[in-house]
Amino acid sequence: MTPATAAQAKTKDPSAPSPLPPDRLRALLRQMLLVRRFEEKAAEAYALGKIGGFCHLYIGQEAVAVGSIAALRDDDYLICSYREHGQALVRGIPPAEVMAELFGKATGCSHGKGGSMHLFDAKRHFMGGHGIVGGHIPLAAGIGFGIKYKGGDQVCLCYFGEAAVNIGAFHEALNMAAVWKLPVVFLCENNRYGMGTAFERVAALTDVAEHAKSYDMESAEVDGMDVFAVYDAAARAVARAREGHPTLLEVRTYRFMGHSMSDPLHGVYRTKEEVEEQKKRDPIVGLTHHLRDEGLMDQAAIDALDAEVHAEVDAAVKFADESPDPEPAALMRDVLAD
Amino acid sequence: MPTLTYRDALNQALREEMQRDPNVFLMGEEVGLYQGAYKVSRGLLEEFGPQRVVDTPIAELGFAGVGVGAAMTGLRPVVEFMTWNFAVLALDQIVNSAAKMLYMSGGQFPMPLVFRGPNGAALQLGAQHSQAWESWLAHIPGLKVVAPATPADAKGLLKAAIRDNNPVIVLEGEMLYNTKGEVPDGELVIPIGQADIKRPGTDVTLICHSKTVTVALKAADLLQESGVSAEVVDLRSLRPLDEAAIVASVTKTNRCVVVEEGWHHCGVGAQVVDIIQRDAFDHLDAPVLRVTQVDAPMPYNKVLERAAKSSPEKVVAAARRVLYLD
Repeated sequence: MTPATAAQAKTKDPSAPSPLPPDRLRALLRQMLLVRRFEEKAAEAYALGKIGGFCHLYIGQEAVAVGSIAALRDDDYLICSYREHGQALVRGIPPAEVMAELFGKATGCSHGKGGSMHLFDAKRHFMGGHGIVGGHIPLAAGIGFGIKYKGGDQVCLCYFGEAAVNIGAFHEALNMAAVWKLPVVFLCENNRYGMGTAFERVAALTDVAEHAKSYDMESAEVDGMDVFAVYDAAARAVARAREGHPTLLEVRTYRFMGHSMSDPLHGVYRTKEEVEEQKKRDPIVGLTHHLRDEGLMDQAAIDALDAEVHAEVDAAVKFADESPDPEPAALMRDVLAD
Repeated sequence: MPTLTYRDALNQALREEMQRDPNVFLMGEEVGLYQGAYKVSRGLLEEFGPQRVVDTPIAELGFAGVGVGAAMTGLRPVVEFMTWNFAVLALDQIVNSAAKMLYMSGGQFPMPLVFRGPNGAALQLGAQHSQAWESWLAHIPGLKVVAPATPADAKGLLKAAIRDNNPVIVLEGEMLYNTKGEVPDGELVIPIGQADIKRPGTDVTLICHSKTVTVALKAADLLQESGVSAEVVDLRSLRPLDEAAIVASVTKTNRCVVVEEGWHHCGVGAQVVDIIQRDAFDHLDAPVLRVTQVDAPMPYNKVLERAAKSSPEKVVAAARRVLYLD
């Protein structure tokens, strides 16, 4: 892992050279394309009735998961809200297993018992998607507590939306993480809207990072459409966490889709023009431009990568489609452990 | 056999389990330096240090969630609530996180943790500090719920709870902490889900748990004076319920009164009656009656408070009715 350096800080300027080696950049682009194509297919499958319930897509926010997870080691922990398909894929849960979970199949990463909002993978330290806004933030502190208790040097990276900042659990968790010096990075994905409510309509303090001051915690405000900026901020925060100092990151991003598949893309709470304007900041377009401008990948190579990802997602859909439902006996399995 | 208070029996269970397993730790408000609001954790900070006896801020939702997260990393947290009245703030973590984690993760994340603390009314603490939460908690699949009545049961059930790989709710009786009883030294693990006949009898079954065991035993004494032999069945575990023990006793006595601290509506007793009408219907000689707190918040006034609670006299009256003596 490339250590965070002063040079990296300059990558917040998109014209600055990337500190990551070219092969890593190609991998980041591949991950971002994978999330985008996966979510597009998920939307299609939802429309076809193959995915039920609530399904919250990550389109527009890809740079956040990709940039931040690039700063983690394989033995670090992640915990997420219910908008977690992206994190699950970037962490390395096979797309087939994630799609199968969305389809509710036995081959899914939660064996069809969790669904879109409850993706889990214990062996990858993927500690779940959690469905109650902000409810998982104390769990992140607990995972940090567990790491510290055992004398480990891992960290826990916790994702939540800006709307969760209004929940008591956020404040209780940040306070305990700071008091007990827990190895946790609290990453707020500020996509501006909690469902259909603009943050400024319900939050007295709209600079989320400022909340860190209440807990004597380091913080940073980050451009979430710039994968290098996210990586840089996450790498610094992760390094601090390994030393026992939690950080609050406010990553400013934007979701291009509705809150969930059942919600409109725009309407009473935001205009079509606003969404179109934001799409000009598309993080994938930004990264591909950078790669082309730097001569690291030409358009043909980018297209080939995209085609490869398309094929992988198509295979995931096929796998999910052809996988069996959980057997009837699964209904009562895992209510209690032995 | 040594005689211990309920409080010290719990303390012994915690100490022994923390000595046995380094992954067991205790967290909660005032558990360390202050030695516990009810002194259940007395001496544990000195023996195990601040890493394993963790004083928390007053943030029930938050530290319950810390317990859940720690359990996800393989630790075995014991989360103390100063009272279950405060734990209602943590219900999201108990119900949505702890109880459901194993299931919704497809079996990947067991939750070996204990949530414990005093439950039910004490004396003149007013409406917000006087409430029995068992029917709320026992409703939830994924949880186990125990409510020991004696020092020996308190030790044995807490040790079983700590060793269990599921989230276990331990409801302690605030009014029981000072009660005394014989407690075996060392290994005493009482399997969760087993009722205990606290007093055998032949004429009527009194089903109870936690503090109402004392109420039922006093009622049984009073009934004996009029020649009625009451069997006192202490449920001990509310989830799972020992259905076989309930049915066996009612099959023998043919009459039953269920006693609890909580309110009548959707109470634990309603579940017990469901079992009896289903599995012992042909053995019943009278409808089953229930004795509960009256259907009102707990008043502060001493006289009103006494009138609100289950009492031996109320149990005797109910028993006489199912025996058609009145």
